[in-house]
Amino acid sequence: MNIHALQQIVHQTRDVRRKQTIPRLSPADRDQLIHKYHPDYRASAYRPLRFGPNEGEKTVVELATLLEGDSPLGDHVDLTPHHQADVLVIGGGGAGCAAALHAHEAGAKVILATKLRLGDSNSVMAQGGMQVSVAPEDSPVTHFLDTLRGGHMENDHHLLKVMVEEGPSIAKWLIDLGVLFDRQADGNLHVKKGGGSSKPRLLTCSDYTGLEIMRVLKDEVINRRIQLLEFCAAVELLGDGDGACTGAVFKDLDNQQYVVVAAKAVIVATGGIGRLHIQGFPTSNHYGATGDGLCLCYRIGAKLSHIDTFQYHPSGAVYPEQLVGALVTEGIRSEGGHLVNARGERFVNELDTRDVVSSSIIRECEEGRGIRTMSGRVGVWLDTPLLDAEHGPGTVEKHFPAMVRQFERFGIDISKEPVLIYPTLHYQNGGVKIDTNSETGVKNLFVAGEASGGLHGRNRLMGNSLLDLMVFGKRAGLTAAARAGSMKQGKLTLKHLERFRAEAKKHGNFSGVISPMILPAYTRKT
Amino acid sequence: MTQNDDNVIDQPEVLKPRMVTIEISGKQYTVPEGITVIKAMWYAGQEVVRGVGCLGGFCGACATYYRTKDDPKVKTCLACQTAVQDGMSFTMMPPFPARKAIYDIRTLQDPKQDLFNLYPEAPLCRNCNACTEACPQKIDVREGVWKAVFGDFQSVSDMFMDCVMCGMCTPVCIADIAPNFVALYVSRAQGAHFAEKPRGLEARIKEIEEGRFDDEWNRILSMNEQELTELCAKVK
Repeated sequence: MNIHALQQIVHQTRDVRRKQTIPRLSPADRDQLIHKYHPDYRASAYRPLRFGPNEGEKTVVELATLLEGDSPLGDHVDLTPHHQADVLVIGGGGAGCAAALHAHEAGAKVILATKLRLGDSNSVMAQGGMQVSVAPEDSPVTHFLDTLRGGHMENDHHLLKVMVEEGPSIAKWLIDLGVLFDRQADGNLHVKKGGGSSKPRLLTCSDYTGLEIMRVLKDEVINRRIQLLEFCAAVELLGDGDGACTGAVFKDLDNQQYVVVAAKAVIVATGGIGRLHIQGFPTSNHYGATGDGLCLCYRIGAKLSHIDTFQYHPSGAVYPEQLVGALVTEGIRSEGGHLVNARGERFVNELDTRDVVSSSIIRECEEGRGIRTMSGRVGVWLDTPLLDAEHGPGTVEKHFPAMVRQFERFGIDISKEPVLIYPTLHYQNGGVKIDTNSETGVKNLFVAGEASGGLHGRNRLMGNSLLDLMVFGKRAGLTAAARAGSMKQGKLTLKHLERFRAEAKKHGNFSGVISPMILPAYTRKT
Repeated sequence: MTQNDDNVIDQPEVLKPRMVTIEISGKQYTVPEGITVIKAMWYAGQEVVRGVGCLGGFCGACATYYRTKDDPKVKTCLACQTAVQDGMSFTMMPPFPARKAIYDIRTLQDPKQDLFNLYPEAPLCRNCNACTEACPQKIDVREGVWKAVFGDFQSVSDMFMDCVMCGMCTPVCIADIAPNFVALYVSRAQGAHFAEKPRGLEARIKEIEEGRFDDEWNRILSMNEQELTELCAKVK
């Protein structure tokens, strides 16, 4: 059928739906729904790791294959360093930039290496906002409880307390650097309510929050003349053979040569895994989200946490084909947008946590109440025109300019037509286990941002990622800089790799792939 | 799964994919109609390292020049956000060596005057409007440069919130202005020096420093798993 004909039911049922309230699910109902429909509970997608720090624990096969992959480095690599630093930051997204800036501010010589350009990351795409408890009726404690509830009570309490308490001072840091958060008429920060949150707490820069923060942080990194190694992909960490991390080996993607960097402390800020397309899902993630940091840290002996749980963002675009997987910001639902099935019915409280909303969309589609496309995809409607009906004409255009622009390019006016959405692979809830200073189980090896694990439990709340990046980027940067100030550069060896290779051999050898992946293989070979 | 053929969106392009001929950096390829410019490059067998970033239209890595069939006008686009059509010819923009001024935004004494020291070329705009025409985000770049020069930093920061820093406004400028860098400086100065300080935020930072929430923290962190679960369920 013509798409406009199919959309009629959304327009026809709008007024009736506006009168409905749908309660959030009770904890018991929530668990039941998730266990039945959430991709995290599809047992066939998982297998236990055969060796390494998390031996015996289950993760998705796509990640297990990479974690059990072999290093591209041979036995006789020349480890004479090309560059030396106090603090080496791997990754140029939000966490990497925050770490580099704070380490530099503390007086360290910093090198920031990234496999794409500075700033090419998931952070730059964050649209929903950053959670900081600034409203008078809100508090860091309430932020803590909301996050814990959203994470199914599995969040690391120490990490979480640090994040919510340092939120306000991080917001001040960003404002002082020139980040333009939306304001109320009285000059105070405007806050929006996010899914799973009991109070309005999202600081926003219209729907360009991540872009605005990253524009400023990138500019600041360049202004401080921090040494950059762009298009350099980390392929192996270096250790002193005695349990401490001492640098990394990179592959320069322009000339394919190895680059060795010696550092007193290393901060891995390499982000997530969306481009592994776990369970065949499309993804909202950037080109380089291939979980490189997890492989590097795993091989040198750092333990991972919560690697069996991923976030499938409820609203990934399903139509048009060119936008498949791209995110339709949760901000639309924050402002009252309904999810509507093929019968014109709402089926979930749109502001429940992301795992609940995604599970309910999957349920609707599996039970035949979805809308299908001829390319074999299925989804439900997100009623975007409702926002204009509710808050006045022009609301969608004013509050979601990025979204409007994205669909407009394909001839779709989202202020007049609902959009078709289905869950898209969005975030890795777990990652490398860290302490409150962002340090891993391996000495002088720090991990910050999406590559780290434990903070978000089994489900991250909207707006907590940008805050996570800034808070733990800062902590990693400051601790690494302080550490580097009081020590000598350690030896550069690949002893951990010998150990890892021996262990692999004992357990029936590597998975057959070379990891990290670096970039997804999208180029057609035939 | 229940199948209901009424609920299927027509996509003739999917049913009968039409192949189109395009030119990538002057070389002809045949690719399916309607895929994005980036996907067309992958389809043509090209490895793309430089020129791909977020794939969501935000990072500005995939700035591309293109021309459609029989049209002399060369336009600009983001390759991840644009569909190919028959007869299209495109090439990615190489990194352009534009100059970015170096400054410490926090210690500027007179940001509106400093603009002329940092970017002395900014007031030399000759009004050709090429920057505005080059912007894939449809920002009125030329107007923004003038507003910056006249000290209307508020308007510039509003206008350039959509800027993805692709830099396509820069190579076309006959006065050698890098409008995106000018706007970035102006927006940061606006945020750091001219926007009102949010008092509620300062108050909250002070409350945390003074231990206003310590009793509540102690109460919560001494709870057992079940008590905490019950408390979380009650938060409204």
